[in-house]
Amino acid sequence: MSLAELICPAGTPAALRTAVDAGADAVYCGFQDATNARNFPGLNFTPDELAASVAYAHERGTKVLLALNTYPPAGKVDLWRQAAETGALLGVDAFIVADMGVADYIARTYPEIRLHLSVQAAASSPEAIRYYCENFGVKRVVLPRILTIPEIRQIRKEIPCEIETFIFGNHGLMVEGRCSLTNYLTGQSTNMDGVCSPASDVDYVREPDGSMSSQLAGFTIDRFGPDEKAGYPTICKGRYTAPHRPEGYYAFEEPVSLNLSRLLPELIDAGVHAFKIEGRQRSKSYVRGVVSAFRAAVDDIRAGREANMADLVALTEGQKQTQGAFQTKKWR
Amino acid sequence: MSVSDETPPSQWPGKRVAAQLSCLVVQPFLTRIVRRIAKRHPSLFARLGPHQGTDFLIDPQELPFALHLRPDPQAPLLRAVPRDGLQHAGATIRGRFMLLLELIDAEHDGDAAFFSRDLEVGGDTEAVVRLRNALDDMDGSLAEETAAMFSRPGRAVLTRLRRAYHGEIETRENQ
Repeated sequence: MSLAELICPAGTPAALRTAVDAGADAVYCGFQDATNARNFPGLNFTPDELAASVAYAHERGTKVLLALNTYPPAGKVDLWRQAAETGALLGVDAFIVADMGVADYIARTYPEIRLHLSVQAAASSPEAIRYYCENFGVKRVVLPRILTIPEIRQIRKEIPCEIETFIFGNHGLMVEGRCSLTNYLTGQSTNMDGVCSPASDVDYVREPDGSMSSQLAGFTIDRFGPDEKAGYPTICKGRYTAPHRPEGYYAFEEPVSLNLSRLLPELIDAGVHAFKIEGRQRSKSYVRGVVSAFRAAVDDIRAGREANMADLVALTEGQKQTQGAFQTKKWR
Repeated sequence: MSVSDETPPSQWPGKRVAAQLSCLVVQPFLTRIVRRIAKRHPSLFARLGPHQGTDFLIDPQELPFALHLRPDPQAPLLRAVPRDGLQHAGATIRGRFMLLLELIDAEHDGDAAFFSRDLEVGGDTEAVVRLRNALDDMDGSLAEETAAMFSRPGRAVLTRLRRAYHGEIETRENQ
């Protein structure tokens, strides 16, 4: 049986402690800068906070993985190198990287620290994954959310490293790590600045009839009726009109969250080593609820019991959940 | 004087007087609360960054007044204002009083409350996100801490409010 480690999100030191206390095997987090893909206002860690958090986690047997999973723009690689140096100094257990240059630098400078390949690298074929393993010593790949379980099982047989898959949270694929839609409207980059729909560009406008429109950089990207559930203000989950669809439709993705709680046994059987819970931008309440629920489910499965999973739909985007491409290629 | 059909309820003369009286009654408590929080949770301000000087209008729907918060570490301000008493807030946050309290105490997830439309935000979204993340990084329960400031009566009121709120939610879910 695979390790079935639970890899849990930590946007703040308090969220990290919450995840550790709720039973995370490892937590992932990032610094307050462009080196991680959740570079949101008021979120993430200072070096001092990370030092205290690593100590808290390690005292309780939990690993800390540092996300350095954005792409340095030309001439700005020092920020990523400095972040790696700080992380190494503070004793993180692994770096999660996407960029080959960052991977190469860390592999040569800190060969004793594990490298995990971020979902942002979008490595989805055995050939691509093997390339990272052979050249940078990558120990684990976080697979993009575009593969079925039979495909994951096949990949597992053909690669020399561990596999991590998402099991819960945001379902914004847009070919992992290559989304340029935010750039298009705001001039800021998901891939290089670590921001998707920067909050400074988001406006919610309440209409007189109680409906609400969400806007990004002045463009309306969705409008929710008075009693309609809402989603994140991202372009990929916006609803648009077109000459052939004047009623408005989701052109890319719907506001929906991934929930693979029912597929956990199949994923373990397919050889998945670690399960990732998305949501560093979410609250302690979310972390506590989701981590506790999956901790109990994984422990049940490992003990040969049927998993009795808590209902998490209230925490999902748009209050809708999907098994995405894991169940079928027709994930919409 | 008759009340026109177009006049919003918050502007009815009786309501406005009641709101202003309520504001006067609660103000000394609010001042004590915000000073104590600022003293006990100084790390909160770092996460607010440039929004320490932003004026937040926090609108607990069922209370007769709204709250004006300016999280300035040098001069923290929390005051009760009539609902229409702050025309130029940098950011607004609107929801049920107990929901807002649960959000502050990390007993409820802000994104989930937003998805369900129980929470409404307006104005500067970055300010709201920073405030949310700053509050979420606080340890302990702000509600409990505040209730404890007023000894047994404070705790009794909090227990009663929580019971009523959860009872209402349960009734709503069972309908």
